[in-house]
Amino acid sequence: MRARVYVTLKPSVFDPQGRVVADALQTLGYDDVRDVRQGKFFEVELEAADRGVAEARVAEMAAKLLANPVIESYRVEVL
Amino acid sequence: MKFAVIVFPGSNSDRDAYHAATAVVGEQASLVWHKDTDLGGADAVILPGGFAHGDYLRSGAIARFSPILPAVSAFAARGGPVLGICNGFQVLLEAGLLPGAMVRNRGLKFVSRLVPVRVDAIDTPFTRSCSEGQVLRMPIAHGEGNYFADPDTIATLERNRQVVFRYVDDAGQITAVANPNGSAHAIAGICNAERNVVGLMPHPERACEAALGSADGRAVLQSVVKAYAEGLVAGRPAIVR
Repeated sequence: MRARVYVTLKPSVFDPQGRVVADALQTLGYDDVRDVRQGKFFEVELEAADRGVAEARVAEMAAKLLANPVIESYRVEVL
Repeated sequence: MKFAVIVFPGSNSDRDAYHAATAVVGEQASLVWHKDTDLGGADAVILPGGFAHGDYLRSGAIARFSPILPAVSAFAARGGPVLGICNGFQVLLEAGLLPGAMVRNRGLKFVSRLVPVRVDAIDTPFTRSCSEGQVLRMPIAHGEGNYFADPDTIATLERNRQVVFRYVDDAGQITAVANPNGSAHAIAGICNAERNVVGLMPHPERACEAALGSADGRAVLQSVVKAYAEGLVAGRPAIVR
């Protein structure tokens, strides 16, 4: 089974990289850009009996290692 | 006394810390590989600077799972003095031995220069020889040294006087310009509630001899030597003298 994990800085944490990307997009003429948040993306291949099990396992992995809960939040998607 | 300097794959200040502990302050030290599981009877532990495990995932995120970390945590829990320098500080944060996290420097650039750092707490084993408000000139060299914690954690740190070092200007004042990375409350280093675990982004071990541009960092290592001589450090399973 394959799962995707999206990790981003929490809204309360300033994201200087996202800010610079947003500025660059505006410089390119994308005046409609209000904000950009940069994050990380993981694809995890795992063996799991069903989607529920896979989702629980990957969420646990995200909480323990893939994201740092002090500064980041995550979202898990099982394909 | 005997220092243990932990060596991770990617550490690059391990030899500097070893040199400072031995040649500069005249004590014993051993380099302890991250796959070892005991500290060899050390009286103080240094987690050195560098890029442990290439800083993959996040700085310090992989190193915190090293086989040596349980021994470091147990040593810290017994009251033993632990110093995390730069990447070593990041490892302590990831391991939960100190609160908070590091994010990318506000200016996005890796910053490498000598900066003034004010000592705001002298009741830790690593600042005992300093005076309150003393300004030490030490180098920083990091891309992710922008200290972040939620407002409650910051308030707790301030209330308990756990902020040990702050970035200041040459006059010892906190200013926006003197903050090299955007750290909350100009935090350069903190300690745990018990005060025996200290982490800082500046490199005291790289500022121990005049030839390096500053010898101010020597006070950090001399402090723990003094604390040890006064019998103020714990940590070893059994005290053997």
